[in-house]
Amino acid sequence: MSADEPTSPDEAPVDTPITEAAVDDQVTTADVAETVVSDDLDVVQPVLRAEHLVGGYVPEVDILRGCDLTAADGEIVVVVGPNGAGKSTLIKAIFGLITPREGRVYLRDADITGTPANRINGLGMSYVPQVNNVFPSLTIHENLQMGAAKRRKGMDARIEEMYELFPRLRERRRNRAEGLSGGERQMLAVARALMPQPSVLLLDEPSAGLAPKAVAEVFETVKRVNDSGVTIVMIEQNARAALAIANRGYVLEGGQNRFTGRGVDLLNDPHVAELYLGGAAD
Amino acid sequence: MAPRAVRVGSARFRMDDLLQTTINGIASGSIYALGAIGLSLVYAILKLVNFAHGDFMTLGGYVAFAVNVSLGMPLVVAIAAAVVAVAVLGLVTEELIWRPMRKRGAGLMQMLLLSIGLAFVLRNLILLTWTGESRKLNVDDTASYGIGIGRVSLLQILVIGIAAAALVGVGLLLTRTYVGKSMRALSDSFDLAEVSGIDTKRVVTYTWILGGGLAGLAGVLAAVFTTLTPNMGWTLLLGIFAAIILGGIGNPFGALVGGLALGLVQEWSTNFVEPTYKEAIGFAVLILALLFRPNGLLGHATRTG
Ligand SMILES: Nc1ncnc2c1ncn2[C@@H]1O[C@H](COP(=O)(O)OP(=O)(O)O)[C@@H](O)[C@H]1O
Ligand SMILES: [Mg+2]
Repeated sequence: MSADEPTSPDEAPVDTPITEAAVDDQVTTADVAETVVSDDLDVVQPVLRAEHLVGGYVPEVDILRGCDLTAADGEIVVVVGPNGAGKSTLIKAIFGLITPREGRVYLRDADITGTPANRINGLGMSYVPQVNNVFPSLTIHENLQMGAAKRRKGMDARIEEMYELFPRLRERRRNRAEGLSGGERQMLAVARALMPQPSVLLLDEPSAGLAPKAVAEVFETVKRVNDSGVTIVMIEQNARAALAIANRGYVLEGGQNRFTGRGVDLLNDPHVAELYLGGAAD
Repeated sequence: MAPRAVRVGSARFRMDDLLQTTINGIASGSIYALGAIGLSLVYAILKLVNFAHGDFMTLGGYVAFAVNVSLGMPLVVAIAAAVVAVAVLGLVTEELIWRPMRKRGAGLMQMLLLSIGLAFVLRNLILLTWTGESRKLNVDDTASYGIGIGRVSLLQILVIGIAAAALVGVGLLLTRTYVGKSMRALSDSFDLAEVSGIDTKRVVTYTWILGGGLAGLAGVLAAVFTTLTPNMGWTLLLGIFAAIILGGIGNPFGALVGGLALGLVQEWSTNFVEPTYKEAIGFAVLILALLFRPNGLLGHATRTG
């Protein structure tokens, strides 16, 4: 029966009982050790480092229960995991939208734990939320100007650079953002976030809800932005496609790191494939 | 032109009625619009339904009265004083009431009740200071000028001229300046503005200054055009809410269009029915318009997330 089939590989629910019952029990209970599937992953000089983050939205409930994340200069780092794993919460804690109860966040050498989002923007890190990531009633051009809050002098030149990077946005510069297609809207959201010339870009599920063609465009965009030297930290539901372009990947579950490794190593790891990618590839 | 109009006796009479009601509609519509823009911006940005906004307008009228009549200074000075006074009032309420309340996590309902309380306090302070007697500003309300197709009064010219200048200024502010665009950005999404690095606190401050200043101006114009009583603003507030809903909640340009549309419809209706029904007619039109455009005249068909 088709109703019993998983909806899609990347949405395969992880809490469905799988044969390896022992492993699965551990997953649903507490404090599982993190499995590192690649060796020589250590970074001497990370551009972004989150250490043992614990916390959530209200004092009594810890969504994050000891999360770590490291990004080296120029990397694409991908975070995957089931719904509710705490991926978005991790990014919010990194970007100062929630203050972790424990743990620290470092951007280069600076400890930015608890720094409000509004200020982090000026420190070289930008964030693209999953939803509501453009100003719908503003034009494309105005959206980009709003991204430039802290650098008004070089603003026009920077907007020009964004139009070079995304020619489709230039064509529609006078249109309101609400009229954009899903893929174009993500482009605009990314371009807006790039306005202050960040060295780190945080993306929360940029391909969510997009048609397959637009999904491919988003991944293309991410690679292009990364090629220009920006370190990317990206949450993705399209786990296979995302891990395929990731230098470093994290599998999160229950607010904790479960697996860490190079993107390809995670893709090829039988446990990760079984538990989080809906079965082995091919 | 003119002779022909004279020859068609009754048609000429109706032409003049149409002209007068149109001009009055534009005048009262611009007063609605001036009041509505600030109220709408504050609501969109802070999710605050400020019931004291009407009394902000009333205060503007009385400050103008104090300067223009009690102190005997020219109307321009009175207008400037009213605008500044109410802008400062907006700023003070933000600092003393609204920001501290938001910090404590006050919800929509608490803020709304608080604003109703503030409205009563302001109105009673006005009543204490100026009594309930109706007042007039020192403007010649008999002067009028022929404009070919009819006559317009000095009052009409003053109100429409000043309102038009202010509305054009606001339009330019919102579309051409960084702070104006930021206000629209915050109206769209406060959270996104915050993560985009916009200095949201500064923009909120400017929004209160703008909204207060416009309310003050609207109050003076309403006092010029009608009579000034402590209830003037409270009475206008209903129409202002209607204008905001008619134009599309949260959209400053919608507030403008909604205000003008409401003013015109109300005044035109007096050509056909008793003037006492014009408020009711305004709301009938509001309901009718919302049946066809549920999100208002300039509202989005559907909000995209
Ligand atoms: N704003 C919020 N307030 C309270 N709880 C939240 C909020 N956002 C998410 N949560 C809770 O935090 C947990 C993790 O959510 P999230 O980080 O969004 O997961 P993911 O992005 O991995 O799907 C979920 O249980 C969710 O219900
Ligand atoms: Mg999420």
